[in-house]
Order: sequence, then C-alpha cells, then structure tokens
Amino acid sequence: MTVVYEKSAGLTDAPLSYCPGCSHGIIHKLVAESVMELGVEGRTVGVAPVGCAVMAVDFFSFDMVQAPHGRAPAVATGIRRALPDAVVFSYQGDGDLAAIGTGEIIHAAARGENITVIFVNNAIYGMTGGQMAPTTMPGQVTQTSPYGRSVDSAGFPIRVCEMLSTLDGVAYAERVSSDCIQNIRRAKSAIKRAFELQLAGGGFSIVEVLSTCPTNWGLSPIDSMEWLRKNMIPYYPLGIYKDPAERRRKEA
Amino acid sequence: MAERELMKGNDALAEGAVRAGCRHYFGYPITPQTEIAAYMSRRMPQVGGTYLQAESELAAINMVLGASAAGVRAMTSSSSPGISLKSEGISYLAGSDLPCVIVNIQRGGPGLGGIQPSQSDYWLATKSPGHGDLRILVFAPSSVQEMATLVFDAFDKSEEYRVPAMILGDGLLGQMMEPIILPPEGAGTTAKKDWAACGHGNGRPHNVVNSLFLQPEVLEEKVLARFERYHRIESAETRAEEYMTDDADVLVVAYGATARIARSAVDSARKSGTRAGLIRPITLWPFPVREIREAAARAASVLTVEMSMGQMVDDVRLAIEHSRPVHFYGRTGGMVPTPPEITAEILRIAKEGAPR
Repeated sequence: MTVVYEKSAGLTDAPLSYCPGCSHGIIHKLVAESVMELGVEGRTVGVAPVGCAVMAVDFFSFDMVQAPHGRAPAVATGIRRALPDAVVFSYQGDGDLAAIGTGEIIHAAARGENITVIFVNNAIYGMTGGQMAPTTMPGQVTQTSPYGRSVDSAGFPIRVCEMLSTLDGVAYAERVSSDCIQNIRRAKSAIKRAFELQLAGGGFSIVEVLSTCPTNWGLSPIDSMEWLRKNMIPYYPLGIYKDPAERRRKEA
Repeated sequence: MAERELMKGNDALAEGAVRAGCRHYFGYPITPQTEIAAYMSRRMPQVGGTYLQAESELAAINMVLGASAAGVRAMTSSSSPGISLKSEGISYLAGSDLPCVIVNIQRGGPGLGGIQPSQSDYWLATKSPGHGDLRILVFAPSSVQEMATLVFDAFDKSEEYRVPAMILGDGLLGQMMEPIILPPEGAGTTAKKDWAACGHGNGRPHNVVNSLFLQPEVLEEKVLARFERYHRIESAETRAEEYMTDDADVLVVAYGATARIARSAVDSARKSGTRAGLIRPITLWPFPVREIREAAARAASVLTVEMSMGQMVDDVRLAIEHSRPVHFYGRTGGMVPTPPEITAEILRIAKEGAPR
C-alpha cells in the first residue's frame, strides 16, 4: 500500500475548532506544508494574535506565541531580533491586522522586518460573532452594519496589499484566494515563496489570503466560496503587489 | 577595585541593564527617561545587542513580549503616560509567565501631566499594572547607585519566578548625577528557559507561550498556580532599609527619591530633640508589611511621605492595621517635598502625639 496523501507533520493532532467550511483549515495546511517542505520546522516560531486565529497556537506543531490583539507584528519583531536564525511568521485576521493592529503592521513592514505575515481576510470579525471589519465591503451586511456598510458613516475598507506595497520595506506582497483548487494551489506557492524569501534574508513578506466565514456570512460552505468569488475578488483583486525580483532590479 | 564614575540615573540604569546581560531593548522617547533609549542606542551595537525604537509604547512592550518568549533578557523603559499604554502588554506578559524588566521613570499626572518628578504611579505599579488577577515585582531605587544595581535583581528575580519586574523610579532619580561604582558584568542567576518558543529543533514537543485558557477550570488553576508563586515571592523577596527606627517615636515611611529627602528630615528632627526614624521599602511589591509593622510597634505614630496625593499610605495603614495613627504628607504635580517641610511635619506629629 502506498501513502498518496497525509496530514502535514506541521500540524498537531488537536482537532480543529474552526466552523465547518471555514478556510482557516485550508490556510493552516498550506502554511504547515510550506514550512515542512522547506525543512525548517525545527527553527520556526509562529505568532497568533486575538481572533479565531488565536487557536492556531494549538494547531501548528512549531513553537508558537500568542500575541495581544493586533500586536503580532511587534511580537514577531521581538522574536526575530532575539533569534536571528529562526523562521518567524504571524498569522492574522482582518480585524487584527487592519484595524486594531494597523500601526504594528505598517511599521513592521516599513522596517522591512524579515518576517512572513499570513493575512487571512474574510471581511468580517469571526470570533466575536460577525461584526463589521476594516475589510467589510460597502453595502455588506454584518451584525454591526445591519443596513449594509455605509461608506458615509463607516468609511471605506482598507486594501492591505495595495497600501503596504507603497512601503520600501516590503519585499513581497501578494493577494491570493482559498475559494477553489486552482487558487489554493496559487496560494500555496505564494506562501512557500514568502518563506523562501525570508530564508534568504529578503525582508518583509505578506500573503493576503481571501477566505470564507460561512457561519457569520450566513451561507453554506459551498455558497460561501461562490460569494467570495463573486464579491470579494472583484473588490480585492488577486495578484502580486510587490515583487521581490522587481525590488532587486530597482536596487541594482 | 572598581572606579567611581559620575553618572546620570538614567544612564546608570541603562549600563546596569547591559552589565546584567540585557541585549534586547525596545523603547520609545518620552521625558524624563529618554536618556535610557539614547544610551541603549549607543551601547547595544557595541555589545552585539539590539536597540530598536518602536513606533509606540504598545509596540515596544510587545516586542519585549516576543523577545522574552524567545528566551532572551528583554527590557523597555518609559514614563507614566507611556506606562498606561504598556498596561496591555504587561498583563499578557504576566498571563504568559514571561520575565522582563519594565522601567517607569515617573512624571506628574494624570493625562499628559508634566515632566517633573512624581510618585503618582504607585497604584498603577503595585495594584493594577494591567487587567486581570496579577502581580509584578516592583523595585524602587533611591539613588543613582541603586538605579544601576537593582536592575540586576529585577532581571534575576523576574526570571527565577517568571514574573515581569518593574523598576519604579522618578524624574529626580533619572535626571540627577551621582558618583557610583558600576557593578561588574554578569547575571546573578541564569534560570533555565525550557519553556521558550525558540524553535523545537525536532528535539522536543512544541512550546506554546500563551495567556488564553477558555475553560474556566483551567484558567482558575493557572491563576492559582501563579498566586502560589506570588506567595513565595512575598515570603522570600521583600526588601526594606531601616534608618534609626530602634528608638523612633515618629516612624517615617518613604520610598525612592522621597526617602532620600525624608532621611535628611529625620536627621533634622533628631537635632531638634524628636526621635524620628525612617523605613524605606526597596520592594514595593512585595510590600515590606512585617518590617513596617515591627518598626511601627515601637513608635507612637507613623508618617508616610510621597510625591503623590497619598497612594503607598494605603499599604502602610493596611500593614499596621490602624494600630498607630498614620499621617500623610505629600506634594504632587511634579513638586518635590523639601527637608524642612518634612521636618516640620515630623515635629508637629511628635507634639500632637506627646505625651504617650
């Protein structure tokens, strides 16, 4: 008998606590596989801040640190400076990274900290039960935007990759999606590329992964994937916003 | 024999930290402690350490959290308004059982307040440094010499007990210059950090540094275990200095820079024929309850002096359980009590209390 597929050793045996259809499971798998394929699991330290992503400390088999809400890039900076040979990543949701932790992500990026940020954008606060997020789109109904997000009172969503790509400290920024096999494969190669870049001392890398929240969107897992495709990808276009090769060319 | 050097309090503290083995400092400018950051920015590159100027106090304390979780000696410093911002991180550090040193060179408050010396963060340091059931070690230097030496104790005890430690100074101690003897290099203790998240090296199960425990039974157990440690600290690590308390009728209680001034006042009172004495808490948490109770039992009355509206005085009253009248004298807003002011207070109390 041949083993054709097995769970990545980068994940523990703890049962995932995420809701059915939530794409955290997929993204965890991609991160775990990338680290294992690069053979750096023994020197990897991950940071998981507040939100659904906090549970990641139990699911990754690497050493993990739990951070206060939004502060993961600062915590990851402390780890990076203490352990020059470590592979350091943060795993953050949209409320964490683009609202309460805006200062920390911008300055870690501006410093060009040699860390990898996995940014999970599902356009809603998950753990607290579906409130408006900094990435909730205009008109999108949430618990705290019951009439749809009004740009008149709540303002506009933040496009994180576009914003961060303006900073010289950012080496690599790419937005990918978890909605279909093809996009998941692209997401995997982006995440792996970000870790490879970090291993080469390339500087700050961020991979934004569009993801689903069936529970708080009030949709089935399959309908959620469809909703993501129809509503999120047009607003948050996929692609490379900062290319490390381009930066190297500029510097040369 | 070590040479005496003339140093500013903030510089002495920074050099003490470097000699105590701190190689990771994360800071943010704020008066009157900015010299610490400036000193570290110059010194850390010389010793192969990290100086990083954070974008905020929030970021600085969380960088400390990350570095400490990774297993190194890490430190940050600030002054009162900045410590308010660090409260979040201090609570997470305590909840994750992480050691570190946080320096507060206090200035007048509330709000932006002023930039002159103050002791109005006593409650913040000893009662509620962050949300939740927690304690942090609080050391109160009262000279430039102690600014350099207590930082060793702060790192050592913080690591021994896995409890954050604070050096609670004030703008006077931070800014003044005194001749001191710098302590030699070397950490006092080197606690084994088998809990650190520094990469498992494929040689052990993964370490998780965490403060989240959703099951109330588990969280209660964690807090109870932490309080066991707090009780051990209370019985083993309490420190105070006594000055002429054996025959004192008026016992003065003061810490930090105020204790220096109060000591002069005690001498003056003695010259005027009033037997005064001074007890100076060196650790504010754990608070020297037994020492104060014993010294107060020999005295007729107690006078607490602070650069605040009266914060430590609460702990003094609790320590002696109202067995003696406890008076308070304080200046606030950056005003510093003078020796004659304190002497007058001692003499007034002595007169009021006599005959006993």
